[in-house]
Amino acid sequence: MALNYDQAVSKYEPTLGLEVHVELNTNSKMFCSCSTVFGAEPNTQTCPVCLGMPGALPVVNAKAIESSILIGLALNCSIAPYSRFARKNYFYPDMPKNFQTSQYDEPICVDGYLDVEIETDEGPKTFRVDIERVHMEEDTGKSLHVGGATGRIHGAEYSLLDYNRAGIPLVEIVTRIVPGTGKYAPAVARAYVTELRDILRSLGVSDVKMEQGSLRCDANVSLAPIGSGKLGTRSETKNVNSLRSVERAVAGEIVRQANRLEAGERIVQETRHFLEESGETRPGRSKETAEDYRYFPEPDLVPVAPDAKWIEELRATLPEKPSTRRKRLQEAWGVSDNEMASMVNAELLDTVEATIALGAEPARARGWWLGEISRLANEKEVHPTSLITAEQVAEVIALIANGELTDKLARGVVEGVIAGEGSPREVIDKRGLKVVSDDGALMTAIEAAIAAQPDTAERIRGGNIPAAGALIGAVMKATGGQADAAKVRELLLKHLGQG
Amino acid sequence: MSMIHKTATEMAQALADKSITAVELTKQHLDRIAAVDGDVHAFLHVDTEGALAQAAESDAKRAAGETRSVLEGIPLALKDVLTQKGVPTTCGSKMLEGWRPPYDSTVVSKLKNAGVVILGKTNMDEFAMGSSTENSAYGPTHNPWALDRIPGGSGGGSAAALAAFEAPLAIGTDTGGSIRQPAAVTGTVGVKPTYGGVSRFGLVAFSSSLDQAGPCARTVLDTALLHEAIAGYDERDSTSINAPVPNVVAAAKRQEVKGMKIGVIKELMGDGFQKGVLDSFKQSLDLLQEQGAEIVEVSCPSFDYGIAAYYLIAPSEASSNLARFDSMRYGIRVGDDGQRGAEEVMSATREVGFGKEVKRRIILGTYALSSGYYDAYYGSAQKVRTLIKRDFESAFNLADVLVSPSTPTTAFKIGERANDPLAMYLADITTIPVNMAGIGGMSLPSGLSADDGLPVGFQIMSPAMQDDRMYRVGGTLEAALNDKLGKPVWAQAPELVVK
Amino acid sequence: MAAISREEVAHLARLSRIEMTPDELDHLASEMQLILGAVARVQEVAAADIPPTSHALPMTNVFREDVTKPSLSPEDALSGAPAREEDRFKVPQILGDAE
Ligand SMILES: [Mg+2]
Ligand SMILES: [Zn+2]
Repeated sequence: MALNYDQAVSKYEPTLGLEVHVELNTNSKMFCSCSTVFGAEPNTQTCPVCLGMPGALPVVNAKAIESSILIGLALNCSIAPYSRFARKNYFYPDMPKNFQTSQYDEPICVDGYLDVEIETDEGPKTFRVDIERVHMEEDTGKSLHVGGATGRIHGAEYSLLDYNRAGIPLVEIVTRIVPGTGKYAPAVARAYVTELRDILRSLGVSDVKMEQGSLRCDANVSLAPIGSGKLGTRSETKNVNSLRSVERAVAGEIVRQANRLEAGERIVQETRHFLEESGETRPGRSKETAEDYRYFPEPDLVPVAPDAKWIEELRATLPEKPSTRRKRLQEAWGVSDNEMASMVNAELLDTVEATIALGAEPARARGWWLGEISRLANEKEVHPTSLITAEQVAEVIALIANGELTDKLARGVVEGVIAGEGSPREVIDKRGLKVVSDDGALMTAIEAAIAAQPDTAERIRGGNIPAAGALIGAVMKATGGQADAAKVRELLLKHLGQG
Repeated sequence: MSMIHKTATEMAQALADKSITAVELTKQHLDRIAAVDGDVHAFLHVDTEGALAQAAESDAKRAAGETRSVLEGIPLALKDVLTQKGVPTTCGSKMLEGWRPPYDSTVVSKLKNAGVVILGKTNMDEFAMGSSTENSAYGPTHNPWALDRIPGGSGGGSAAALAAFEAPLAIGTDTGGSIRQPAAVTGTVGVKPTYGGVSRFGLVAFSSSLDQAGPCARTVLDTALLHEAIAGYDERDSTSINAPVPNVVAAAKRQEVKGMKIGVIKELMGDGFQKGVLDSFKQSLDLLQEQGAEIVEVSCPSFDYGIAAYYLIAPSEASSNLARFDSMRYGIRVGDDGQRGAEEVMSATREVGFGKEVKRRIILGTYALSSGYYDAYYGSAQKVRTLIKRDFESAFNLADVLVSPSTPTTAFKIGERANDPLAMYLADITTIPVNMAGIGGMSLPSGLSADDGLPVGFQIMSPAMQDDRMYRVGGTLEAALNDKLGKPVWAQAPELVVK
Repeated sequence: MAAISREEVAHLARLSRIEMTPDELDHLASEMQLILGAVARVQEVAAADIPPTSHALPMTNVFREDVTKPSLSPEDALSGAPAREEDRFKVPQILGDAE
C-alpha cells in the first residue's frame, strides 16, 4: 500500500534546501545596456554583448551590485570585502556564450539567516533558515519549442530563440539545509519563500512575480528514517512558480521519496519538474554525462570589492522588516491575520497604509481597496493602484464620514474617478451625487410616503418602530438614493411622534 | 609618384602638402595589393569600395580644414580578429566564413575617428592560435623576405602587409607574441601595449587575460602615431586602464637614452638561439651603450616556466571563449537535417568549423579546467604567472627597460614545424612572459642575420603603463642602426616580382 | 604523469561539443600526452604559498551606471543567423534540460 503524506512523515524525516533565483528590476541588463522591460517583441532588447557575439565584453551594472548587497544585508549576511565572477561552462542554446557569468567560490554575500513563523499544532513556531550565500549571475534567453507535443521540449521539431531575457541580472539565494522541520517542511518552505518575497519587495529590488518568472524557486528535498541521524540523497525540483506550488512540490517529493524508500529503491540525485496539475514531480531529461562546469575566474571582469562605507550607506537605507511591519500595522489597525494576509497578497498593504495616513479610518480604507476597487480592477485585469490614488480614496472616505456621501453614492464617485471624470469633487458635481440633506426636501418626500402608506404610519405612531423601514425605503427611492438613510429615519420618527 | 615605399609619417606630410590625395594614396596601395598579394597572401578581404569611400571622405575633410588626426587619410591593414561593421570578419576560421559583424570594435571606431583608411582584413592563424599563420583556414601567408618562409604568427598577415608595402600601418593582436614575433621575422616594428592600454572591445577573444591589440608599422615613430590613435580608456572594456596614455610619440621622437639602465635578461638568450640572432642582438646592445645607456644583466628564473604556463592558461580561456561558436546565432552550421538535435549539430559544426590547432587547444584547455585537474594545471599555471610577475618586478628595480632578442630564430620554412606543436610553441619563448605580466613589449628590426640574411628582431620591455620607455629606447636604437647600416632594415626587403 | 586515454579525450571532446572520428581521437590522445608532459612542469614551482594571478593588473570595482542604451535592431541581431523564423533564431530541436 502506498504511503500517504501523514504516513510518510511519521516514518521519515525530511531535510529541505531552497534555491531562489530573483530577477532584479534594474533598467538595464547585468553586463550590457539593453533594456529589461518584460514582454517586448522578440530580440529587440539584444546587443553584441547579450547575444554573445565574437568580440563583445561585459561591464557590470552598478545597481545590480547595490541590489545584491541590499539583499544580503536584509538577510543578515556578511558582505564579502572581495568577490569575483566566474564562468560556469556548459553548452545550451538559450545561453549565448555557452558559459554563464556567475559567482562561484567567491560570492558577494555569505552566512545569513531568515526567521520564518509557521502555525503548528502547538501554536506559532519560528524556524531559522540559514542562508549559505547570495550571489549574482545572469539569466538565459527563452526558447519556444515548435512542433511535436504543444510547446513541450520533448518531441519538438525545432526551437526558436528570443534573447531579450538573456543577461537580465539574477540573484541566487541559497539556503543551507534546513533540518528538523518534520512534517512542517512544506509549510516552512512556503513561509520562507513568502517572507523572502516580501523582503525583496520591500527592498524594491525585484518585481518578485512568480508567475512571470521574476522569482523562481528550486526545492531540494531528502528523506532519512526518523532517528537515523543521517542525510538522504536529495532531489532538486526546479522552477516551482507559485507559493502554493512550493508547498505542494515539497509535500509531493516527500511522498514520492518515502514510497521509493519503502519499496527498497534508491533515491537518485536528479533534477525534477513540478507538475502543476497533479502536484507530483517528474524526472528531468538527464544528460548523458555528469556536467563538469569547469569554473574559472571571469577574465573579462575585475573583482568586486565594496568598501565598508558603501555597505554602511546601504545598510542605513534598509526598510523595516516586512514581518515586523505587518505586526505593527496589524495591531494599530486592529485587523485579523486573514485580513492582513489578504492585503499583502493583493499587494495593497502600502496603498492601504497610505490611505490611512491621509486620515481614512482603517476598516474603511481596507474595505474600499479590497472590495469595490479590487472588483473593478479585476474586471479590467489591472492592479487597483493603476485605477485610483490613495489620495482620491481617502477623500471619498472623508466625504462619507462627514455625511456628504452615502456608501452607495460613494461607489458612483469612485466609478466616476476611475472612468476619468475627474477628482471626487468633480464627479460629485458632474453626476449630481450629493446627499439630499435639505430637511425641507426630505420632509416633502416623507409626507408623501406617509400619505401613500397611512396604515404603516399608524403602526409606527402606535410604537411599532421596525415598521419604519418600509417608509424609509420609499423615501430613499423617491430621492434616487441620494438621501442619508439615517437622517430620513430621524426625521420620520420625529414627525410621527417617536423621536 | 608612388608613395608606397615611404613611411606613414612621410605620407602624412605629403597629404598635408597636398602633393597627394588620400584617394590616390589608397589606390596606390590597392594596386600594390593587387600586384603582390597573390604571392604574399597577407589579406583575407580587401575592402576596395569601403577604403576608397573612407579616403574620399578624408580628402573632403582635409579640404574643409577638418583634419581629424595626423594619420588622416593614411591606409591601414586590419588583423581579421577585430570587428568592423559590415565587413567580413573570420578570425582565419571557417567557422565565421561569411560573418559580417553588426558593430565596430573600439579600435576600429578610433581608427575611423582618426580618419585612417582601412584597406581590408589580414590573414592570421585561426583565432590567433599559432606562430606562423599556417593555421589559417584560408591558406598561409608568405614572408615577403623569402616566400617559402613563414611571416610569423598569429598576425603574419599584418606584418607581411607592412613588409610587402601593401600598407604603411597595421593592427595586430598579441596574446603570446602575435605582434612582436611577426614583426621580428618580417623586419617591421610591432608593439604590444600594456594590458588594458588598448580596448579589447570587438577583439574576438582568444585568451582574455592575455590578449592585447597593438600598432604595427615600419618605423618606431609610425608605430607610436598609431599607438596614440588606438589607445585609451574604454568604458566598454572592464579591464581597460582608466588613466592617461603615456606620451609615446614624444618618446619615439626623443632619440636619447643617456643614463638609462637597460637590463638584459639572462634567461632569454642562451641555448637554442640562432647565432645570427644573438650577434645582431649584441650589436644593438653596443649601439645603445654608445648612446650612453648602461647595460646591466638581470635574471628572471621563472621565465623558464613561461611556455608551460602559457600553454595552460591560454587554451583554458580559449576553451571557454570559443564555446560561443556553436552555429546557433551566427557563423556556419553543419548537419542540420531536421532530425539531429541542437547538441549534435553544434558538435558537427565545431568538428568541421575548427582547424586542428584550435581543436587541440580547446581539448587541452577543457582538460586543464576540468574537475580533478584544475589545481594541478590551470591553478599551477596561475601561480607561475605570479612568479613571472615577481621576476619582472625585481628586474625593473634594476633597470628602466628590459631587452632580449624578439625570437630565438629568424623566419623558419613553411611546413617545417607544422606537425610538431611543441617546436612551434618554442617560437614564443621570448615574448610570452610580457603577456603573462601584462606589461608592454616592442619588437623592432635590429638588422639581418649574418647566417641567413633574414631580419632579426630586438625586443624592448617596459613596466606596465610606462609604454613610453620602450618607444624612447626603440627610437634611439632605430636611429643608431640606420646610421650604422646606411638604410633601414625594412628598406632592404627584396622587391617582389610585380605581376 | 599518467597516460591520457582515448576515452578521456573522447570525454573532453564531448564536453567541448566537438564530434571526433576514432582516428582523430587516437591522434589527439598521443599529442595530448606529449603536450601535457611538457606543460606539467608548472607543478614543479607552484608552491602552496604562491597566490594565483588571474589578472595581470590589479583592478577592482569597474561598474557602469544602470542606464539603457539602444539595442541592435532585430535585423542586425539576426543578420548572421544560420536560420531564423521571423524575429527569432531558429535552432535544431533542443534535447535535455537547461540548468
Ligand atoms: Mg545559478
Ligand atoms: Zn545587450
